[in-house]
Amino acid sequence: MPRERSAVPREGSASVNAKAIVVTSGKGGVGKTTATANVGAALAKLGEKVCVIDTDVGLRNLDVVMGLEGRVVFDLIDVFEGRCKLRQAVIRDKRVETLYLLAASQTKDKSALSEHRMQETVRQLLEEEGFDRVVIDSPAGIESGFRTAASAATGALVVVNPEVSSVRDADRIIGLLESREIHEVRLIVNRLRPAMVKRGDMLEVDDVLEILGVKLIGIVPEDEQILISTNIGNPASLDESSNKVSASQAFRNIARRIRGDEVPYLQLDEKRGFMAGLRKLFGGT
Amino acid sequence: MFGLFRRRKSRDALKQRLKLVLSYDRAKLTPGKMEELKSELLSVIAKYFPSDAEDYDVRFEQQGDRMVLVANLPIKKSERT
Repeated sequence: MPRERSAVPREGSASVNAKAIVVTSGKGGVGKTTATANVGAALAKLGEKVCVIDTDVGLRNLDVVMGLEGRVVFDLIDVFEGRCKLRQAVIRDKRVETLYLLAASQTKDKSALSEHRMQETVRQLLEEEGFDRVVIDSPAGIESGFRTAASAATGALVVVNPEVSSVRDADRIIGLLESREIHEVRLIVNRLRPAMVKRGDMLEVDDVLEILGVKLIGIVPEDEQILISTNIGNPASLDESSNKVSASQAFRNIARRIRGDEVPYLQLDEKRGFMAGLRKLFGGT
Repeated sequence: MFGLFRRRKSRDALKQRLKLVLSYDRAKLTPGKMEELKSELLSVIAKYFPSDAEDYDVRFEQQGDRMVLVANLPIKKSERT
């Protein structure tokens, strides 16, 4: 039975009430970990007590992206297998007081994952440790790692790049999230290149929304600054000096939209030329 | 209509390809199966109406929030006596 989808307008509140949010994409390399680090950090900057969890067991990266790799003692699997208390495994960020990381294990394999233990860990963080929000970085793929990451979530941020395989995989992931009864699904269009959109060689944000039929929560432009901030392990969204039209600003806006603010979207693909306007007039979009 | 003056934009090509591939993905049907469905439909229809197989068009289409299977099967004009 074909799934029902409808085009969703980008206006209106995209707020996410879910306290446990999985960041996922299907395809690898589209910016899940970067999005997790930046949205998590930005939410914490806004005053929420946030724990970001890396579930990419065997290939952990969220710790280095956040610059916390030197402080990992215990990891998620240690918590699952009772080798430490949850509180011992949660690493506190030094830059933002209310930001914490629970790292993935580098040495264990995926067989150590457990949906039940994941749910229990997230429940403890929210109900016993006083966290306002848990942001879960899912591994690529649709296998056990994704299922574990999604099992504890009630909301999802789907990261998509405007290119063929990423959009296709995102569609698959959205279907899987829906079948898991995760209904607060929001889309982050990442690595948009405005110049390419302008000359018609990249999907526009509205194309992606029309095709995938889920609500938009952020448009993140391709930005060198992301690589630079990752190099030094400092999430870009923490650097508020960066200019307005930047990935860093886009991630901060996503955090605000999650909390219910209506923030205007970066104007990237709106400058349609005269010819484009004409073609639209003739129905040739 | 302005296609004569500029090369076809890769964005449009991608959009078309994505819509097609996702319609198959969502219906969990391969293009090969679709061909089978097409030829079976054709043989059933042929029992009742004389028709031109070449004019047959069977595909998925997004209609608002629904995905529908659209079969366009023109009936040959029969000569009146």
